[in-house]
Amino acid sequence: MSLGGGAAMPGEQPEIQKLPRTFFGFHYESVVALCGLTLVWQIVSLFVPHFLFPSVPEIAARLIDIFSSPKLIGDALATSARILAGLGGAFVLGTMLALPMARSPSFERYAYPLLNFNQGIPALSWVVIAIIWFRGIEFRIFFIMVMTTLPAFTFQVLDAYRGMSKDLFEMTLSFRPTKRDLFRTLIWPTVLPGILTAWKVNLGNAARVVVVAELVGATGGVGYELLQQQQLFDMAGAVAWTLVLVIFVLIVQGVISLIEAHVLRYRAFAEHAL
Amino acid sequence: MTAASAVVPEIEFTQVGKTFVRSGGGAPFEAIRDLSFTIARGELVAILGKTGCGKSTTFGLISGLIRPSRGRVAVQGHDPYGEFNWFRGKIGIVFQNDRLMPWRTALDNVALGMELNKVPDRERRDIAAAWLARLGLAGHENDYPHALSGGMRQRVSIARAFAGKPSLLLCDEPFSALDEHTGDALRREFRDLLRETGATSIFITHSIDEALQLGERLMVFERPARIAFETKLPAGMSEAERAAVAGRIREVLAGEIAA
Repeated sequence: MSLGGGAAMPGEQPEIQKLPRTFFGFHYESVVALCGLTLVWQIVSLFVPHFLFPSVPEIAARLIDIFSSPKLIGDALATSARILAGLGGAFVLGTMLALPMARSPSFERYAYPLLNFNQGIPALSWVVIAIIWFRGIEFRIFFIMVMTTLPAFTFQVLDAYRGMSKDLFEMTLSFRPTKRDLFRTLIWPTVLPGILTAWKVNLGNAARVVVVAELVGATGGVGYELLQQQQLFDMAGAVAWTLVLVIFVLIVQGVISLIEAHVLRYRAFAEHAL
Repeated sequence: MTAASAVVPEIEFTQVGKTFVRSGGGAPFEAIRDLSFTIARGELVAILGKTGCGKSTTFGLISGLIRPSRGRVAVQGHDPYGEFNWFRGKIGIVFQNDRLMPWRTALDNVALGMELNKVPDRERRDIAAAWLARLGLAGHENDYPHALSGGMRQRVSIARAFAGKPSLLLCDEPFSALDEHTGDALRREFRDLLRETGATSIFITHSIDEALQLGERLMVFERPARIAFETKLPAGMSEAERAAVAGRIREVLAGEIAA
């Protein structure tokens, strides 16, 4: 016996649309825009004093120098590791805060104002506090990163949990899952898109904060190197080190986008934009 | 069948009441008042009533998703709300809308209940694939819900409810969100499928024709949910007898509206 007549009904299968073309995970439009920016910079450098706008080849040469020197590569990697460690810590702590906040209104009433209060504290204040409170450079930077990105992670995971469909929750509950199974089959897939968005948003914030933290308190890393370029009044070096950080952010964002494209492949998308 | 199981009804409502407290301090809403009935094992019961008569609340009480304000609800001799986990693997539900998890393929959606009931992976995938094939969805095992039409999604949700071999099946207007053609196609064989499984089945609907087509026993609810009319629908009823029952139901519902 076949309910519904055996095969799928004619015309029932909606058209599956094609994905937009990408270049190593980036849309072609993004690549064109970045090439355009480079071209504009090069044109401006022809008409503006060298110490203000060094040429693109000069910046490229400094960039090659950085990636040719083990010590300088170490600086770049140190900053990258600090960003990822700080984001990881904030993500774990933010999730540990968000889930009980979502489940307990009374806990939320205590936690919410504290997170809002935290949001009002400038990153530089955390730098000063960390220098006074802690001795180790790495822990100082980790602390600054966590404290500055914690509210965003918490609020985004909280919002994602709150956006969980009541219908899906009831449906899953009707099968009487254990708490662990409920988390695995419903809660985690529900909050995952929000978590990935939180990582993408916080990555940029973290890159900005880590430089401030390194400027003041570190003896290595991109922030430290930027401080050296400022003291030497070396614009090409400053731009090159900034590009190192931007390249790192773009690579991690590309990785997150690839993960997102894989884990959210179930999502439909419209052919027409609004 | 043991002596004990012979006397314990599959479902027993005793003077059940359910009142919802409105948010914002409004007057409480009484959805169910002094509702009492029993349903025997293996019965196929259609519950009929106008929108807002408490059908879905009754459904929620049987499934254990909501707690009664007064009275006692027993399913297979147990409290479905208080002894929530006792019912793992025993209840299958077909909801009004498909409620498929968008991140799971059709196969994984069908296998969900079995997965939560710890059926081994290979076995549950075989069962889920067989149910999809049975419901006309062979070849769609790896499709995500967004790639399926409304009728196909609802068939996946029907497969999900049946696949775990529940002893109690609850169906909450499962065809109401579908167009007439697709709804008819699914409805035609649904009763045979219910009978074949041998499960006790409760079918909630607001359509008289659907209730007469699917039920072996019919209960009509008035507002707040109480039984206003009840009858058996034996196999082999003539068209004239069915028309008479339908007429009586219309009278009851019209009287309920007038009241």
